[in-house]
Amino acid sequence: MALGPYTSFIVTSYALVAAVVATLIVWIAIDYRHQRARLHDLEAGGVVRRSGRGAADIR
Amino acid sequence: MDWIDGAIDQLLPSGFWQIACKASDDYQGVMTLIDLANPTKFLTLTARVLPWLAAATAILLVVGLYQSAMAPDDYQQGATVKIMFIHVPNAWLSMLVWGVMSLAALGTLVWRHPLADVAAKAAAPIGAAFTFLALVTGSLWGRPMWGTYWEWDARLTSVLILFLMYLGLIALWRAVEDPSRAARAAAILTLVGAINLPIIKFSVDWWNTLHQPASVMRMGGPTLDRAFLMPLLVMAIGFSLLFVTLHLAAMRNEILRRRVRSLQMMQASQRAA
Repeated sequence: MALGPYTSFIVTSYALVAAVVATLIVWIAIDYRHQRARLHDLEAGGVVRRSGRGAADIR
Repeated sequence: MDWIDGAIDQLLPSGFWQIACKASDDYQGVMTLIDLANPTKFLTLTARVLPWLAAATAILLVVGLYQSAMAPDDYQQGATVKIMFIHVPNAWLSMLVWGVMSLAALGTLVWRHPLADVAAKAAAPIGAAFTFLALVTGSLWGRPMWGTYWEWDARLTSVLILFLMYLGLIALWRAVEDPSRAARAAAILTLVGAINLPIIKFSVDWWNTLHQPASVMRMGGPTLDRAFLMPLLVMAIGFSLLFVTLHLAAMRNEILRRRVRSLQMMQASQRAA
């Protein structure tokens, strides 16, 4: 697959999209782990929801 | 969000607004519309749906990338036409996400739907990312085709304004500590900003711009050859599914973040007592 004289523009475009999408995915995954860990810490410290259900238990 | 869960469960009988929609075979009972207003049930549904959405997104994007790689060169643009397959979906999504946020803003202001401001807040960074990619890939496409990375024409400028509005909205969410207060201000700003959407869409018709007019979503049908249209549509659907997947995951995070805040406030009041 020859991309001609503008290879750098095409490759940079695709690489940038891949990088930004990967960053979004990683950011959301890390945020999810972080929030669950904070909820577990709070519940382990004896703070529970009024319903009594686990705040991080979503399954 | 505890009180919302409880209030909704008490106020509305189960089966209210029933719709014949089963989330999956093992999902117990028929899902109700109001179920989606309940954060706990929303989280349960999200946990079931997300893996399937992620898989469908990955498959579509792989197929779309393969088709994009195999697409022929354009007789005028050469291989740079391949940038279109990522530029156009990101440009469409930059406007679609603001449209979703506008609907969520209505949900916040008119119906006070418990998940509306969660949806709007979770969508903003994703929309900003898509808009950024639309601007940069457009710039990288423009340099070899137009001879310039940037031109202050109506289309490019209105999309840049959209990007700045996304950043402003994210800053507003971060500046106000109380989510419910931030939600109302952000909802108003979102609805005001929605005025920019038709300006972006029709800017190429209303003004003389360097940017080309619409070639897919236009009266009379697409002007693109099928060899370019098919990869573009597959990529557009793949990116749309990517948005839905990321948005649901980000909404889940936001609900958990609000639960953390609620528990921290309970902890603080317990300590004070």
